[in-house]
Amino acid sequence: MNKQDTSTLNPSDRQTVKFYQTGTFTVGNRLLDEEFRTVQATTERSNSLDSGHRACQGCGQALGARYALDAAMRATDNKIIAANATGCLEVFTTPYPETAWSIPWVHSLFGNVAAVASGIAAALKSKGDTTTRVIAQGGDGGTTDIGFGCLSGMFDRNDDVLYICYDNGGYMNTGVQRSSATPPAARTATTMPVGDNPGSSFNTGKYLPTIAMAHEIPYVATASVHDLHDLERKVEKAMTFRGARYIHINVPCPLGWGSQPAFTIKLSRMGVECGLVPLFEAENGQLTDSTKIRYRIPVEEYLKLQRRFAHVLKPHNTHQLDAIRAIAESNIKRFNLL
Amino acid sequence: MTVQHKPFAITLDVGSSHLNKTGSWRSMRPVYVDRLPPCNKTCPSGEDIQGWLSLAEEEDYEGAWRLLTRDNPFPAIMGRVCYHPCEGACNRGSLDLPVGINSVERFIGEQGLINNWQFEAGEDSGKKVMIIGAGPAGLSAAYHLRRFGHAVTIYEAAEKPGGMLRYGIPKYRLPREKLNAEIYRVENMGVEIVLNHKVDDIEVARKAGGFDAVLICVGAQKSNMLTFEGAADIPVLDALKVLRDTELERPNQLIGRVVVYGGGNSAMDVARTAVRLGAQDVKVISREDPDNMTAHKFEVIETIEEGSEVINLRTIKSVNGHEITLEIMKISEQHHSGQLRVVGTGEYETLEADVVVLAIGQNVDPVLFENSTAIELQERTIKVDSIMQTTQEGIFAAGDAAPSQRSVTSALGHGKKSARAINAWLAGKVYQPAPQNEVASFDKMEPWYYSDAPRTVQPHLDAVRRKSGFAEVVGDLEPEHAKYEARRCMSCGNCFECDNCYGICPDNAIRKLGQGQGYEFKYDYCKGCGMCDTECPCGAINMIAEDI
Repeated sequence: MNKQDTSTLNPSDRQTVKFYQTGTFTVGNRLLDEEFRTVQATTERSNSLDSGHRACQGCGQALGARYALDAAMRATDNKIIAANATGCLEVFTTPYPETAWSIPWVHSLFGNVAAVASGIAAALKSKGDTTTRVIAQGGDGGTTDIGFGCLSGMFDRNDDVLYICYDNGGYMNTGVQRSSATPPAARTATTMPVGDNPGSSFNTGKYLPTIAMAHEIPYVATASVHDLHDLERKVEKAMTFRGARYIHINVPCPLGWGSQPAFTIKLSRMGVECGLVPLFEAENGQLTDSTKIRYRIPVEEYLKLQRRFAHVLKPHNTHQLDAIRAIAESNIKRFNLL
Repeated sequence: MTVQHKPFAITLDVGSSHLNKTGSWRSMRPVYVDRLPPCNKTCPSGEDIQGWLSLAEEEDYEGAWRLLTRDNPFPAIMGRVCYHPCEGACNRGSLDLPVGINSVERFIGEQGLINNWQFEAGEDSGKKVMIIGAGPAGLSAAYHLRRFGHAVTIYEAAEKPGGMLRYGIPKYRLPREKLNAEIYRVENMGVEIVLNHKVDDIEVARKAGGFDAVLICVGAQKSNMLTFEGAADIPVLDALKVLRDTELERPNQLIGRVVVYGGGNSAMDVARTAVRLGAQDVKVISREDPDNMTAHKFEVIETIEEGSEVINLRTIKSVNGHEITLEIMKISEQHHSGQLRVVGTGEYETLEADVVVLAIGQNVDPVLFENSTAIELQERTIKVDSIMQTTQEGIFAAGDAAPSQRSVTSALGHGKKSARAINAWLAGKVYQPAPQNEVASFDKMEPWYYSDAPRTVQPHLDAVRRKSGFAEVVGDLEPEHAKYEARRCMSCGNCFECDNCYGICPDNAIRKLGQGQGYEFKYDYCKGCGMCDTECPCGAINMIAEDI
């Protein structure tokens, strides 16, 4: 590993770095002042999404949802209402009549969670409740494809809602079909690894964080489950704004990605470190900050742990590998990741 | 959940997912483990290095000192003279550079001296042990035996205690006030040290003193000597005697052009001493190439920095008058097939010298055992069994006198081990070493989590100042640096409560028990995904198969 200048090593809290063994890279740290520890490190965390849910082993989305909502709960003094699009997150948490949610939570249709959340926000406003805050959440399918119209409308009206998208790159609970957030070359049930350009096509799909930025809403951020300090800080910061806000969290899916359940955090970390998953923030349409890559790794290190990319690493598909490398390079330049 | 007594097809009350025990999905189960850090495993004194570094991280220096001295009573001494094999094994070396364990040990040792922390003797056992020799092995054994509550008397032939610490290690590496203070602390536990007392007959002394057990720690004090061809007209000295004479401030014989013969640490000590005593020119002649000298690299570097010349791949062929003839050696190409590694080339060169010092190894002096025929020697050391007992019942041997690595640290370890063996023997038992945990190797860790932290460097006295006296070459760490260096420890194989497992479990299946208490798994809900194991920075979680 390369040695780096210690002054740039603490992307999450931007404090003057003192050396605390694992600094702010682990969830907690007994050597760190309490105020710098994460919500997840405390025994008082709200466990908004609790044990007994039916997500697969090593589910990144279950983890991302607890991280984000617990942080929002702390930021709002436990005054949160969440609306949830249809998708994995809804299915695995609420098989009738059980619920794994310990917060006020409502299930919407697949495509209208943004509208439902906008309605809740409007109702709170008409009741004169200014302290209860609204979160809408869904997977990438419910967000980038099916719910995109409602979401764009919510951004347009600048409704006071934080929308959180847990992006695992496909429709996973229905059998791993492609969504518009599926990365190029990835194998899904509908983009099989056949032909000259196996897997999902290059030059297709959409990247919602930059679309959200184009709406010039108050706050847009991307986050990853491997960097908890960074993720919690972004959620807490989002709660300081009024109006429409959007956070896009990258969540590995062992089932859809063909990866080991034990590697969920590792893959989310490697996705960021290779440049394919940029972490940044934007306010009012302007990029304001980006989380630097700590130790850059080649994209193939990341790809080889996922069976959905197995064909990319075959000798006759080097053109795909080169194209994926180019995406990483482009992200690094575009979001200033080094 | 109250689902009973409701009519069909009516909305049920909300139930909790807690009813769904997802632990039944599991085929692998995570468990918390303590693995053996490589530093602890490598330490010849068996220190719990990771343990005391962890306390030092929290600035609990007294706690660190107490834990360290559980195994090694001399942190201020060993923080200076130990060759720290722990640092060679340190997993942090695979990341950037090893933790400066030795410099932190020294810092903690200094805290002990500054604050005058003392040892407690154990409850009186009524047993008496005689130790022969107050060197590092004897003092270490005395300390551990006192902790077990035994009465200890050390007989020392020299005028002061310390053995090779005093008469072999020069002052610029170990200031005498530190040595005296730490030896005094052992005496203060009630260890009696009788100086200027040579034991001629072990059995007679044992009976006369009424000792239940005996430990021989006489060291290896007889230098190997050589006779050169030719008619030498210059003195040929013994390295140990030179170092000893220097300590006793006897007249200096290292005058003019000094040639030291040998490639070990003693050779470097003599060369560096000669420079300090004002020798005109100092050359070290080593049979080996630079990579295979037995001296430690830093000792060779410091020796050269101070102006001595180290000449490799040479042996002394003959000495005539002041002229020394050297044979040029080379590394044999056939040395893998069992031949000598270094062989002569038949080519020669000469140099002039006024004195030659031989530093080519030492052995146990067999004269000491002329009256103790029941104690067998083997390959010029005392024969001992696995619990360090000699061929005579109740008489044990430790340190350089027994087969060992011949370092101060291994002598301290021997002292501890023999004390434990004697303690067991006095109780009519046989000492059984505790089983060791599996080693925490680097591949069991996730190094990404550790902050980047370059190693702190101890201040070194400028080479030009070193020549003018016996001031200590290596300085202390500042308190801030010591804390920083301790915090570079990765706590290999032992939980340091980073909360990673607690935080990253997607099923909230880990309970945090509070600072210092660790965590426990909620096996009712753990699905066995193994993320906690993968993401544990220090490798303190293991996945084991469930019985299915």
